[in-house]
Amino acid sequence: MMNIYKHEFKAILRTVLIWSASIAALLFVFMSISSTFSKNAVVVSDMLSNFPKQLLIAFGMNQMDFGSVLGYFGLMFLFCQICLAIQAANYGFGLVSIEENEFTADFLLAKPVGRGRIMTSKLLAALTGLTITNLVVWICSFVTLAVFNSGATYETKRLVILLLSILPFQLVFLTVGILISLLVKRVRNVTPFSMGLVFGLYILNIFGDMIGKKSLEVLSPFRHFNPNYIIQNAAYDPLAWISVAAIVISVAGSYFLYNRRNIPSAV
Amino acid sequence: MSIIEVNHLTKYYGKSRGIGDVSFNVEEGEIFGFIGPNGAGKSTTIRLFLSLIYPTKGEAKIFGKDCVKFGPELRQEIGYLPSEVFYYEGMKVLDLLKYSASFYKKDCTKRLHELSDLMELDLKRRISDLSYGNKKKVGIVQGLLHQPKLIVLDEPTAGLDPLMQHKFFNLIREENKRGATVFFSSHILGEVQRLCNRVAIIKEGSVIDLQDIKTLQKDNYKKIRVTATGLDEKSFQVDGVTALQKSNSTVSFFYKGDINVIAKLISSGKISDLTVEDLTLEEIFMHYYE
Repeated sequence: MMNIYKHEFKAILRTVLIWSASIAALLFVFMSISSTFSKNAVVVSDMLSNFPKQLLIAFGMNQMDFGSVLGYFGLMFLFCQICLAIQAANYGFGLVSIEENEFTADFLLAKPVGRGRIMTSKLLAALTGLTITNLVVWICSFVTLAVFNSGATYETKRLVILLLSILPFQLVFLTVGILISLLVKRVRNVTPFSMGLVFGLYILNIFGDMIGKKSLEVLSPFRHFNPNYIIQNAAYDPLAWISVAAIVISVAGSYFLYNRRNIPSAV
Repeated sequence: MSIIEVNHLTKYYGKSRGIGDVSFNVEEGEIFGFIGPNGAGKSTTIRLFLSLIYPTKGEAKIFGKDCVKFGPELRQEIGYLPSEVFYYEGMKVLDLLKYSASFYKKDCTKRLHELSDLMELDLKRRISDLSYGNKKKVGIVQGLLHQPKLIVLDEPTAGLDPLMQHKFFNLIREENKRGATVFFSSHILGEVQRLCNRVAIIKEGSVIDLQDIKTLQKDNYKKIRVTATGLDEKSFQVDGVTALQKSNSTVSFFYKGDINVIAKLISSGKISDLTVEDLTLEEIFMHYYE
């Protein structure tokens, strides 16, 4: 079982490093200009008030507190979330489909190992990758907040609660990705699927706000783990249980479907 | 003991047929040929053995145990070479073979190197840099490195040059002498003829005949060609004669039956040339697929 895990981890390691570096860079760039915002909080708020409300909602800037350093961090964290979601969805959609598209599934499944163990090894490898990215985000968050705080203080507890949300947030995209990839006949290319899932759910979240009617956005993890909500309340939205349920159902469903799956052949 | 027992094995892909109600046994120690044209269901049958796909109806047992329930345990002793080989492109050959070996309980290192030397495989190269034939060699080594009790070959020779084919056949014969049972699927009859003891012929998802390869050739048809004067081809229209043809003074036909009957008919003319041959497997095969 270790052998598959190691193999799978090596296969995604490069993308883990690229995603981690990208998100770290994003954090540094955004936080390095934070002082400009916080010094001119009033001006910025005035300026933003001239923008159409829908535009602000689309970028999660409608209820921002630019004066506080965590308020600014929360806005930027939304962009991190999009990256983290795409990364997790990529691993999810690719978990079994890449092998089936490149026909290496024939090699792996002809070996003396059960489907369940294959799935578990692959899941753990993906989870390890996500954990590394997670650690990088934690470290970069504390470092950038320490360096670019412009003298302002923040409550560590709120930051920790926010950062703890990364794991369940990514797990939703990972596991739902796996489930969808097993429900459709074939995932020929991972990117359109993961982009579709991430931006689909992102738009679902902002759509309700834009038209001023609450409905489907309760299904979006972007809503469940809304950074503003977490920072302001120092707690998770109870809607996050929907995400947890989605993870449990997706994992159970994925094992069930994979165990019964007919592996498509090359010819 | 039967190594493979197939009972009413059926596989449908949605509504399209893979195989329908296939039954046969493969005995211990034999090289069993499985022949049929493309799309007849050869690969489907093999993929069912390996639980890459699951049966719609019926069952396949290997070493007396159900393929689906005991899949991982059974595959410890199965070596599989697919018709199309695909491996992780970014890996080096040695790493792939080591990865393959890591699934088996026994230590395969020695055999891995023996086989690679035999197949003249460069272990340092990347899979993505290999030609198709070389990938096939990787397939052969990864399929045999754990010295399996059952070797399943799905059209194994495609992409191998004649010299390598020869080496490969010798290797399979050696493995067979060592005690391995071989299930050999192919659409090339010559190689089945060279290697196998028994052969099942599959057509449109059903096994239409299963015979000893010698019986298939010897006890059946003779191909007869007579050149003689004063020969009336109509006199050859007796039971057992098929594909009767006459051009100039030469009559040719396939014959199955008492040789004495046909010998008398032939001797009725003045013979200038006569050939009597066994049918090649090709010709028998064409007969089945007419």
